[in-house]
Amino acid sequence: MMDFRILKDRAANGMMFFLTLATLLLVVAMGVGLYLKASPILEDLSLGELLFSSKWLPGERKFGFLPFLMSTVWVTVFAVTMAVPIALLTAVYLTEYAKSGIRKYVFPALDILGGLPSIIYGIWGILLIIPWISTYLAPHFVETSTGYSLLAGGIVLGVMILPLLVSLFIEIFTSVPGELREASVSLGATKWQTTKSVVIRKTLPGIIAAVVLAVSRALGETIAVLMVCGSRIQVPKSVFDDCQPLPALIAAHYGEMVSVPLYDAALMFAALILFVVVLLFNIISRMILYRIEKTFF
Amino acid sequence: MNFKSIEEKIFKILMIGATLTVFAFVISIIYSIASKGWNALSWNLITRVGGYDLYAQWEGSGFLSAIVGSLYIVGASTLLGLLISIPVVFYLNVYLKKRSKMAYVARIAYDVLFGIPSIVYGAFGFTIMLYLGMRGSLISGIVVVTLLIIPIFIRSMDEVARQFPRDILEAAYSLGATRFETIFVVLRQIAPGIATASLLSIGRAIGDAASVMLTAGYTDHIPTSLTQPVGTLPMLVFNLYSQPSPEAQERGYSAALVLTLIVLTLSISGRFITNRFSKNKLQ
Repeated sequence: MMDFRILKDRAANGMMFFLTLATLLLVVAMGVGLYLKASPILEDLSLGELLFSSKWLPGERKFGFLPFLMSTVWVTVFAVTMAVPIALLTAVYLTEYAKSGIRKYVFPALDILGGLPSIIYGIWGILLIIPWISTYLAPHFVETSTGYSLLAGGIVLGVMILPLLVSLFIEIFTSVPGELREASVSLGATKWQTTKSVVIRKTLPGIIAAVVLAVSRALGETIAVLMVCGSRIQVPKSVFDDCQPLPALIAAHYGEMVSVPLYDAALMFAALILFVVVLLFNIISRMILYRIEKTFF
Repeated sequence: MNFKSIEEKIFKILMIGATLTVFAFVISIIYSIASKGWNALSWNLITRVGGYDLYAQWEGSGFLSAIVGSLYIVGASTLLGLLISIPVVFYLNVYLKKRSKMAYVARIAYDVLFGIPSIVYGAFGFTIMLYLGMRGSLISGIVVVTLLIIPIFIRSMDEVARQFPRDILEAAYSLGATRFETIFVVLRQIAPGIATASLLSIGRAIGDAASVMLTAGYTDHIPTSLTQPVGTLPMLVFNLYSQPSPEAQERGYSAALVLTLIVLTLSISGRFITNRFSKNKLQ
């Protein structure tokens, strides 16, 4: 007869395997669920029409996602361009230059920045960034601006992805073995030259992967973007225009979607686009990051 | 002075500037929320039920329902998340071999799940709810937030569990323990990891608005059953701020301040636990 303890071990094995599998299948379930819900609109309209038309008239069954796609792209580009240089410099400073005493103050600050909820960033944007844009910045360039704009969204998003970028960069930089730096310094290179041509060059794939990861984080941010980007649906032409990225579209209109035919399918299609893009970006960047981890250890 | 030392100087200044910018962002966010939210904040406001109804008497409305709602959602989902993710972490690290393909795929998958935006979780939850004919409720909010935080739980506990010395497991096996019976040894070793993971997840769960907004409905009453809608703090902030009346917005800032304080406490205690317990960890 089999020992009860071994039986228990086997049972636990089965149960844990099941739990692991079930949580993993969540990815598949999400994709399938969103696809099924979005399929009515895919049958009704061609993919080209959905992605490249800018006519958004749910009442007339016209669903062109171009305004939302372009808004998403521009806000993200803006946020990343703002955040990457700051994050890169901060991470280099913390790993290559700063003493541990300085790190003791910066790390908690980054923790706080990373832990603050999206809604707090939104309120901050409204209290500080939007008045700043509408009273100080915009008058130099355009006639009137409420401040609720692509620029505001970009700035707020940029600050939001900053802690993620810094912590990823730090992780990548610390994985570079110290001997490589010493070799460079012993040839007479300065610290910055070492950083530039050894550390950064050696970890370039990792840096790119980290940026891709941050992009996918920025793509999905909802509430803050919803609060500061304005509400007019249009393809933004300048940084002072309103914009409405995909997540904001879902959050702003999910309440109306049950009453208008195909509207729910359209919003689920928006979620599906987000899901697919974020999934691809994440898989690619994680694979790169895993490979880097392996080469250095 | 030659070129390379000028370059060195310039970049050093830029780096210090960038680091100070990070500090400036933190201070500016906390300062602007605190200075705006402090005025309207009172003990009365925190301890009263009701929230945003413009036509109800303002005297009778406060944050309590949202605070309790947040507690319900966060408490229940953290508990469920722990129950699901501890076995998974145990399985990945004890049952599977160090170089197992499944563990590799699983880790990537959890990282990917971690990266999926909460609005997508919300939309997914929403489709399931429509399919089941459910309306926004406490239970659907809890389920969606649980799904949202499981990847965080698993990945951050897993980080700690991977450092766990295998010799201890072998010592347990040599005494005749089955793999399952080592669970308490492992749990004891990764306890600080579990604590930090919980704090991280709580922080994410309490601040999340996008998924909760789509699945939990909104109300200014404290729900008495799992099928009733529920309001949470971020939703309260969002609703108050969306009101046209300046008085309501003022309260929105106060609610934001309460939320910020909660999150700050969580993140500071998280740091404290990591520092405190990582010192005497077995390495």
